[in-house]
Amino acid sequence: MNFSSLLQQEVPVTWYLLLSALLFSLGVVGFLIKRNLITVFMSIELMLNAVNLSFVTFAHQWLHCDPLLSQACMLAQPHAVRGQIFVFFVMVVAAAEAAVGLAIIIAVFRTRATLAVDRIDLMKL
Amino acid sequence: MNAPLHLLLIPLFPFAGFLLNGILGSRLPRWLVTTIALVAPLASFAVVLSAAPSFIGNASPLAVLPYVETCPFPWISIGTLHIDFSFVLDQLSLVMLLVVTGVGFLIHIYSVGYMQDDPGYARFFSYLNLFLFFMTTLVLAGNVLLMFVGWEGVGLASYLLIGFWFQKQTAADAGKKAFIVNRIGDFGFLIGIFLLLANFGTLTFSGIAAKLTANPAWQGGILTTIALCLLLGATGKSAQLPLYIWLPDAMEGPTPVSALIHAATMVTAGVYMIARTHGLFDHSPFALGVVATVGAATAIFAATIGLVQNDIKRVLAYSTISQLGYMFLGCGVAAYSAAIFHLVTHAFFKALLFLAAGSVIHAMGGEQDLRKMGGLRKKIPITFWTMTAGVVAIAGFPPLAAFYSKDAILFAAFQQGANGRILWFVGLVTALLTSFYMFRLWYLAFLGTQRSDDAHSHESPWSMLGPLVILAILSVCGGWIGIERFGAFLAPAVGARQAESTIPHLELYLSGAAVAVALLGWFIAYRLYQQKPERATQLATALPGAYRLLANKYYVDEFYDATIVRPLRVFSKYVLGWVVDGAILGGAAWLLAGITTFAGALLQRWQSGNLRSYAAWLAAGAAAVLLFALVPWGTVWPHSVELIQKVAGH
Repeated sequence: MNFSSLLQQEVPVTWYLLLSALLFSLGVVGFLIKRNLITVFMSIELMLNAVNLSFVTFAHQWLHCDPLLSQACMLAQPHAVRGQIFVFFVMVVAAAEAAVGLAIIIAVFRTRATLAVDRIDLMKL
Repeated sequence: MNAPLHLLLIPLFPFAGFLLNGILGSRLPRWLVTTIALVAPLASFAVVLSAAPSFIGNASPLAVLPYVETCPFPWISIGTLHIDFSFVLDQLSLVMLLVVTGVGFLIHIYSVGYMQDDPGYARFFSYLNLFLFFMTTLVLAGNVLLMFVGWEGVGLASYLLIGFWFQKQTAADAGKKAFIVNRIGDFGFLIGIFLLLANFGTLTFSGIAAKLTANPAWQGGILTTIALCLLLGATGKSAQLPLYIWLPDAMEGPTPVSALIHAATMVTAGVYMIARTHGLFDHSPFALGVVATVGAATAIFAATIGLVQNDIKRVLAYSTISQLGYMFLGCGVAAYSAAIFHLVTHAFFKALLFLAAGSVIHAMGGEQDLRKMGGLRKKIPITFWTMTAGVVAIAGFPPLAAFYSKDAILFAAFQQGANGRILWFVGLVTALLTSFYMFRLWYLAFLGTQRSDDAHSHESPWSMLGPLVILAILSVCGGWIGIERFGAFLAPAVGARQAESTIPHLELYLSGAAVAVALLGWFIAYRLYQQKPERATQLATALPGAYRLLANKYYVDEFYDATIVRPLRVFSKYVLGWVVDGAILGGAAWLLAGITTFAGALLQRWQSGNLRSYAAWLAAGAAAVLLFALVPWGTVWPHSVELIQKVAGH
């Protein structure tokens, strides 16, 4: 099997899912062990995007037509695109969450002068 | 049938007065408060007066049948039990209403003068109107339960008014005492009501009377029990043995209250109740005997205490208890019309005596001790003369009111055979004592020399003297109607008076005896307190045991304190307070609180506020769910599926 034929082959779905699981696990571990609030925050984003990857993978697996070529094919099975649509929702919510979360982080830093999560353990400021 | 009489208006006017003065009174100008307070009883009195002509003359249907007014909506309707808001006006309730609203109105006028400087002016009048509302309800009630509502209501009004000056500890205590002692009587009344309902199936007075008339052979037994239960209620409200103890203490209230509630009207409710349910008592000779005995015993018992009291209002209070004893005696010998007759005349002269005593206290600047009065005749002549009318009336001199009514009761008692003679004799001795202690009061307060240096004694304003004069006239003339005519008028409601005695001129002889003892009582008082004032103290020191016994009111309060109040206190404190409340209830509460605190202390460790520990728990939870969902438990551990299903309850 030469390189060009390798490129023309489709990447197996399993690889995508393994990557997604790897990214998600990295996120979980980062979330659990990191002490900096911003890193923790980034870990959350990582987990979200790992999930997004799974969504897209499964959508691709269940969608048996080329979306660029056949619009009719897609309209015929609308449930199959839901995975892709979901990804957009997650991205929008993640963006909003990033805005709010960063604002909170800035506020916390201004009052506490620290971003170490172990020292931010009171509800009141 | 006659035109409607609008009985509902009679209690509603005072109730409106109560609401207006009670809610807005402190914000209204004083003249408006006075107007509202006076118009309410006056309007009720006018309604009663307008109804009165319907009962006169044999042509009127109301002369034989009571007038019934029923609210169109049922009050209580459960299963076979139906109780309506029904008002009944017959000769008995008419007489009572005339007394309650008439004397009540006079005492309202008096109160305007008596209470003029009191900061609780509007509150006082709202309570007085509330009392009239409940009292008229009690009198008009067409069934026992509605009567009980009024009965409890007047007890409430009495409590509020005795404790009117609640800043004074003694007044607050007296109010509580009156209320609690009355509760004991009310307990009897309630049991009586339940028994009536169980045995008669109805609570209306007409229904009960009809069943009794239909079964003339029904005697004693349960009827005696019911009658004795009702009697217990009556002894509470009417201050008879053994529950009279609250009335002397009730004198802590303002004097108009003593006159209206604790002399003229409320305390006679027991007599009224017995007259109203007289059918029951007529069917139980034993209960009647108990009523008569209680009455006679109370009459002489209270009169002996009254001999040595030094507080002018307490003398009158014991006199009231004694006179109520006469009324019970009258009821006990089935002379209901005589008892009601005495109730009416007593309302006149005892209200007069109390109001005059109030005028004396007013003149003395709040002093109530007879030993510090004296020589007031010249200073307050109108009070003196009206008081004299009251004293002569209660002492039983003809032709004043009490002579006729007391005589009617004693005459009825005398005709009851050998036991009746004993009752009559007790009544006669009581009359002697009454005459003595009333003249003692009279001599000590008005004659002799002034014993205090307060020179400011002054006559009361006319708002107080006016009612005194009217009541004095009534005390003089109130008896002239005569027991024959009065008894004939009441006959449709309480039964006819007994036949005349076979002994000729018996009533005349008995009257002669009554006048003789009244004269004797006056004479002793004259000798002891007018001619030789030092004799009285000599007598007291000569008989120290008897004097101390009387001055301490036979130690009845102490006896009740030792036998009932203290054991109850000890029981409440140790058994109820420590064991039941402290150990059982408190222990249960502490146990619950302890479990919660302990569980909270354990779970609190989860809520550390540490973000990473939360996240760790979250991850652990997610891992557990995954483990549960992904591991093929059936192959790993064959019995696990059954176990899970069992736990889940399938």
